[in-house]
Amino acid sequence: MKERPLIFEMSKSGRKAYSLPHCDVPQLALEEMVPRECLREEDARLPEVSEVDVVRHFTRLSQLNYGVDSGFYPLGSCTMKYNPKVNEDVAALAGFTQVHPLQPAETVQGCLEILYRMDRLLSEITGMDRFSLQPAAGAHGEMTGLMIIKAYHQHRGDVKRNKIIVPDSAHGTNPASAAMVGFDVVEVKSNDRGEVDLEALKAVVDDTTAGLMLTNPNTLGLFEGNILEIANIVHKAGGLLYYDGANMNAILGIARPGDMGFDVVHLNLHKTFSTPHGGGGPGSGPVGVKKELEPFLPVPMVGFKDGRYYLDYDRPLSIGRVKSFYGNFGVVVKAYAYIMSMGAEGLKRVSESAVLNANYLMERLKEHYLVPYNRRCMHEFVISAQRQKEKGVSALDIAKRLMDFGFHPPTMYFPLIVKEALMIEPTETESKETLDAFADALIEIAREVEEQPEKVKGAPHTTPVRRLDEAKAARNPVLRWNP
Amino acid sequence: MGRYIPNTDQDRREMLEKLGLHSIEQLYEDIPCQVRLKDDLDLPAALSEMELVRHMKDIAAKNKTVDEYICFLGAGAYDRYIPSVVKHVLVRQEFYTAYTPYQPEISQGTLQAIFEYQTMMCELTGMDVANASMYDGASTLAEAVCMACQATGREKVLIARSVHPQSREVVYTYSRFRGIKVHEVGYDDGMVDIQELKRLVSDDVAAVVVQTPNFFGIIEMLGEIAEVVHHFGGLLVVSVNPVSLAVLKSPGSCGADIVVGEGQSLGNPLNFGGPYLGFMATTQKLMRRMPGRIVGQTVDLSGNRAFVLTLQTREQHIRREKATSNICSNQALNALAATVYLSVLGREGLKEVALLSMRKAHYAFEKLISEAGCSSMFPAPFFDEFLVKVPVPVEELNRALLDHGIIGGYAVEKDYPELQGGWLVAVTEKRTREEIDALIREVGRL
Amino acid sequence: MKVINGLKYSKDHEWVKVEGNRAIIGITDYAQDSLGDIVFVDLPEVGRTVKAGDAVAVVESVKAASDVYSPVSGTVVEVNTNLEASPELINQDPYENWILVLEMSDPGELDSLMDAEGYERFCEEEA
Repeated sequence: MKERPLIFEMSKSGRKAYSLPHCDVPQLALEEMVPRECLREEDARLPEVSEVDVVRHFTRLSQLNYGVDSGFYPLGSCTMKYNPKVNEDVAALAGFTQVHPLQPAETVQGCLEILYRMDRLLSEITGMDRFSLQPAAGAHGEMTGLMIIKAYHQHRGDVKRNKIIVPDSAHGTNPASAAMVGFDVVEVKSNDRGEVDLEALKAVVDDTTAGLMLTNPNTLGLFEGNILEIANIVHKAGGLLYYDGANMNAILGIARPGDMGFDVVHLNLHKTFSTPHGGGGPGSGPVGVKKELEPFLPVPMVGFKDGRYYLDYDRPLSIGRVKSFYGNFGVVVKAYAYIMSMGAEGLKRVSESAVLNANYLMERLKEHYLVPYNRRCMHEFVISAQRQKEKGVSALDIAKRLMDFGFHPPTMYFPLIVKEALMIEPTETESKETLDAFADALIEIAREVEEQPEKVKGAPHTTPVRRLDEAKAARNPVLRWNP
Repeated sequence: MGRYIPNTDQDRREMLEKLGLHSIEQLYEDIPCQVRLKDDLDLPAALSEMELVRHMKDIAAKNKTVDEYICFLGAGAYDRYIPSVVKHVLVRQEFYTAYTPYQPEISQGTLQAIFEYQTMMCELTGMDVANASMYDGASTLAEAVCMACQATGREKVLIARSVHPQSREVVYTYSRFRGIKVHEVGYDDGMVDIQELKRLVSDDVAAVVVQTPNFFGIIEMLGEIAEVVHHFGGLLVVSVNPVSLAVLKSPGSCGADIVVGEGQSLGNPLNFGGPYLGFMATTQKLMRRMPGRIVGQTVDLSGNRAFVLTLQTREQHIRREKATSNICSNQALNALAATVYLSVLGREGLKEVALLSMRKAHYAFEKLISEAGCSSMFPAPFFDEFLVKVPVPVEELNRALLDHGIIGGYAVEKDYPELQGGWLVAVTEKRTREEIDALIREVGRL
Repeated sequence: MKVINGLKYSKDHEWVKVEGNRAIIGITDYAQDSLGDIVFVDLPEVGRTVKAGDAVAVVESVKAASDVYSPVSGTVVEVNTNLEASPELINQDPYENWILVLEMSDPGELDSLMDAEGYERFCEEEA
């Protein structure tokens, strides 16, 4: 048997891990209920294993993973902060999990109250007027927000606005979301300070500009200090300003996108508001808008009248639904609990600490790695392994070597405008001791690059598997088990 | 509030000192003062952990749950039993506090679980390849429509009116902004109207979109539909209920090109509508057109089997505006729940769940008609959900049932005005004969 | 970096070998080297007509997808199906393993392409 068998390879006919009650109604045969030609001829080859097998199998798999609870996870742009346990507990209350989404409104007042309150809380935090909790993730929020922008222009009869401007430092989801909504993408370059180049922006805006998508602080971890001018340029041309909330963790209680001139924002509840990332999801990507755009939000919205919450479908200008039901409700509950735990003062302290942690870490690494934009950063920063590359060691090698020191690597090779980029976001939930240990490890690795580069290039040495042959996986895709 | 922020005031001072600063304020010098908040945010005062738990319990208590009430409501979300093991696996932090497995050396747990999930989805749907899951059934259907249009270079889609109304709404939303034209195909006796389909289909149709069992619970005849659409070079997109696939013919064996569905039934609680998971499976031929993450098998440097995210050039972080979709995350934890659920139930168990649900649904159907004054609306075979016409206004009936501890079926007239009095009843394996009899009794009394 | 005399080169790092009215097209050694391990080649359909500068194929590595732009206009008359199963052939010998053949509609376009010497200089300037 293989060291790590697939659940299918453990299967043995006759084993089972389930117990179901006896059938207490007439035991009709399948053929009596459904014509034979609709029935399956061969079983789906699901595994046949015992309950112990299942538990041990998935426990073993879990042990091959690294989570935020395992250790430091400075994955830039992902805000891998600690996920408070009590939020898991309260979201698991039967009063939330055991509720059918189509139950009558009078039986789901608690759920609607959470959605309604979150709309108010997020509006206050971002300086917007109204939030929809329907989008399931950040990218889904981007798409929804861009649909709102398109619907707004179309409603005004301004139909030639078919372009979305994104900076060259933008997340890949920005241009991809714009394409999903049928926009053409125009890229605007960054200046040598890592910010949007105002002259370049002026040169690309015109009466076909639907909007500009911006992350602020941007993906280099730098605050776009010209944000008011940027807003002015875009608005003057008749476009709208979209805020990608991926980096909201830097400015909670400090500044609000609504006050910077943004018209539409999305937030990532799984980043800024502490809900766990789940190994890739579920996330939640609420979209907030200014008053003028409110009629275009997805249906339904949650209203409150005469002491009752209700689902409001009467929104003729709405873009429609982007998902079934009301969004990733269970995730929203956790984020709500987080905001209620932190309060205004707590959220401000979150951002202050996140920014302080990032600057402290950058300061400690400055001498050892190239910092392409050597200035104050916000909650994250980018270093470059260009110096190490001269010794034949890449950002990838350094990232892999960090695993041997017990850390999750930073985001690699992003943003695209920095060569050999490592993007580091420590978050506020890490202590000075952890930051020091991580800095020490990176400094040690820089030394190794000088003295024994092969050790770094061959990393990781201590992980459950060594480096993988990714070319093989892509050349001859094996995407499922075959008996 | 400070419990999640470890650094003390002393730590902060030391760190600022290292930076040559004397106040936190200085860190924010890049933010123009016009946009700096002058006052604190206007938020409720921070709650201690104890206060938070009480507050959340108070809100939760305002909901009526399917634990206290007997649920016959389905329509896209189902009250199924979730074996205890599922919860115990899901609370392992290594799964739920990790992110997308970008670093395969320390993510083999998530990667292998997804590979197993993909395999299970292929087995159930009868397709060649599956992705690592998407947001939910409805948005996955919309993605499938976009994918079909990209693959065929056509921009027109036919969708059956017997597809879930919310899924259709999401398809309309996605399509409208991309310039995809969507036309509806009506139903005849509760099933896709083949004659109308034949009239509407042409060689500019990218895909025909159907659901089986459809919104009315009825099993569609996929083979015939596949023939019609393939004749004109279009694709067949099928939305399925995964539990039904334990016993029903797989869409793959009927000629489907893209199969999607809502995976909530597989080990995920109702959760007032989310998070759930959408699954998508397709043919080898369309593999590179598929949106979303995909995990593939390979070897590590030592030659050991290992798993990694693959075919990534389809995705937004590489292809940007030319990507197959903007989707970045998946519903990994929900997909893990589905994987554990299907491992627990296994080959025999899932069939048993399907059979139990069908038998109970058929029992309820017969009794509602013979003893409770309901009438059948469509004479077609159904799985574990069915439509009957009730003799009293549906909303009135559901209100009365609620007083007797029963959450009644879905009033389809909201979405199908022509089906006045139509009541869509779901009966899962959780319902006992006693509960069904109580339903029959209460309906009969009205 | 290998450059072969007698071929024509584009600024997007494609090479063209002219045989009568047929243009055999591939990517250069420089291109394959900067892409790294090639894992997939998306070939065009035979019969497709393209204009000079159109994206006519895609060459993919694990972490990048690179469009192949047609250096000349014409109709696709042949594609190298060996690349379907063995895309790595391009890494092994980019000049032997062509991607497609065009029946040219305007051979005059060849004049705007570089010769081997010119291309070598171009690559040096780019680096």
